[in-house]
Amino acid sequence: MRHPVVIVGAGPVGLSLAIDLAQRGQRVVLLDDADRIGDGSRAICFSKRSLELWDRLGVAGRMIDKGVVWKVGKIFSGPELLYQFDLLPEDGHKMPAFINLQQYYAESYLVDRVLQLPDIDLRWRNKVVALAQRNDHAELTIDTPDGNYTLRADYVVACDGARSGLRGMVGADFSGETFEDQFLIADVKMTAAFPTERWFWFDPPFHGGQSALLHKQPDDVWRIDLQLGPDADAALERLPENVRPRIARMLGHDDFEFEWISVYKFQCRRMQRFLHERVIFAGDAAHQVSPFGARGANSGLEDAENLAWKLAMILRGDAPAGLLASYEIERGLAADDNIRASTRSTNFIAPHSRQERRLRQAVLALAKEADFAKRMVNGGRLSVPSVYASPLSTVDADAWRTGPEPGAHMLDAPLQTASGEPVYLTEAFSAAGRGFVLLESANGAAVNVPDNVAHLRIGADAPLRDDAGLFAKRYDAAPGSAYLLRPDGYVAARFRHPAPQAIEAAMARASGRA
Amino acid sequence: MLSTQSNFTDPDAAYRLIVEAHRGLSDEQSAALDAALVLLLANHIGDADVLHAAIELAKRRLSDSQTKGT
Ligand SMILES: Cc1cc2nc3c(=O)[nH]c(=O)nc-3n(C[C@H](O)[C@H](O)[C@H](O)COP(=O)(O)OP(=O)(O)OC[C@H]3O[C@@H](n4cnc5c(N)ncnc54)[C@H](O)[C@@H]3O)c2cc1C
Repeated sequence: MRHPVVIVGAGPVGLSLAIDLAQRGQRVVLLDDADRIGDGSRAICFSKRSLELWDRLGVAGRMIDKGVVWKVGKIFSGPELLYQFDLLPEDGHKMPAFINLQQYYAESYLVDRVLQLPDIDLRWRNKVVALAQRNDHAELTIDTPDGNYTLRADYVVACDGARSGLRGMVGADFSGETFEDQFLIADVKMTAAFPTERWFWFDPPFHGGQSALLHKQPDDVWRIDLQLGPDADAALERLPENVRPRIARMLGHDDFEFEWISVYKFQCRRMQRFLHERVIFAGDAAHQVSPFGARGANSGLEDAENLAWKLAMILRGDAPAGLLASYEIERGLAADDNIRASTRSTNFIAPHSRQERRLRQAVLALAKEADFAKRMVNGGRLSVPSVYASPLSTVDADAWRTGPEPGAHMLDAPLQTASGEPVYLTEAFSAAGRGFVLLESANGAAVNVPDNVAHLRIGADAPLRDDAGLFAKRYDAAPGSAYLLRPDGYVAARFRHPAPQAIEAAMARASGRA
Repeated sequence: MLSTQSNFTDPDAAYRLIVEAHRGLSDEQSAALDAALVLLLANHIGDADVLHAAIELAKRRLSDSQTKGT
């Protein structure tokens, strides 16, 4: 038997991809070598864009209910507050800027959702041990407690994490930078009244010369990162009796328990190509970043949402196989963005040389009174989705002052149904179906759209109203203008006066048919 | 464009100002002062191309003078 899609790895990326594909009507086999979800100190910060994806997948509600919602970060230098930032200064978005949630909760809610979807065949303790590329499919050898078997698939998606075995099986490289500094990551349980903000210190009084981070998680657990420098002995530093005094110095008390302790060295690297014949790489398997900026899982989830609709269209015969090239282009550029951002943060936090450290110290010193230096202080630039320079986008022919340009993701806005019920634009988008959507600012008669495009009309006498005017503002919308959204909610094209042929042409381009 | 013609009416005084800022400082303090000055002046210029050209020129002259052993 031939399977259309086999996903290897049930981490956040593989699980989300499986759900997205199943919701698009695609059967999926999902393999994982473990017997359950992972544990330990891994991701905690999940971005607005990830939550928007998870909302479409039916799991964001649980994530937010359990998670700690936050949007403010503070940066300290020594004992002093240098500045603070607000990641979502405006209202009218369904999803918060960020939540903190232990990765194992996120994974377990995703697994619960997977189990509701009969199109997903989730197989634990199934380890891929060999792979052969055939002309029009790939063949996997899978090791299980009951012995080996083989699976054939039109497409294999390798979501098998940073240590990906599939990478080696296709003979691909994974190169980049390893940072010398080591970081102690402790998840500590305690009751504390610190606000739900991200606190980052350069050279704090309790941990001289190094950096520190404190961030709240659910269940009274706090994530603490302490920089240890390049020469620390990881085996010794990991011992609870050595970690305890460090944390006690930071908190000013000893009243806490350890949930998990690890010592990491961080890396930034990527595969040159994400497509290897019938095998597609996504998430940490394809690219890895240091955690400053929370760009690991969040960017992997963007991979999943980018890939799901393309693969589903190809497998349904609605798009040529060449559409996959755009996955590699779009997500490759995003990986470069994320690696650039997290490398810059890591270098600022852990300077390479004495002069680099002097420059960093000068920035911190000047930041107290000079705005330009404040903006150079880099304790992690938090994950935002990239704007794709993409062959799928239709270049603007009209003038726009604001609004998401082609290649950017849609922005949320609060709307009302004709009967006055509140509904968010992202919800209306998900409810409109799973394909392309034309977002039209109604102006008299509806424009004609192709059959396979769902139509959302917004205006005073239209099915959706924009009473607060935020849709009009965020999309620079004037009566008659329209945005063509891809199935992943990214803008394919926009028009001041949409003509059916122009919509048709933009659809063809965005489906890889141009 | 990086301007390399003389911009000060009194170049000797400008040079003096920089040199005197370093008087009495240890090498470590001087290096820290230079770092802060570079950042302030670079921001004042506010043009990455100019900054880039200045870095290129400074590095080229530095490596020339080092290979000539002066
Ligand atoms: C300290 C730390 C903090 C972090 N903080 C954040 C954060 O705040 N926000 C964020 O977005 N990211 C963060 N990250 C990164 C995040 O944890 C990863 O990016 C994320 O786990 C990647 O997900 P994935 O699904 O690609 O891979 P993984 O989560 O690694 O999942 C891979 C899965 O594949 C399975 N597998 C492997 N090989 C095989 C095989 N041969 N056959 C079958 N199955 C296999 C594994 O068992 C595993 O379940 C952090 C990471 C660390 C270490």
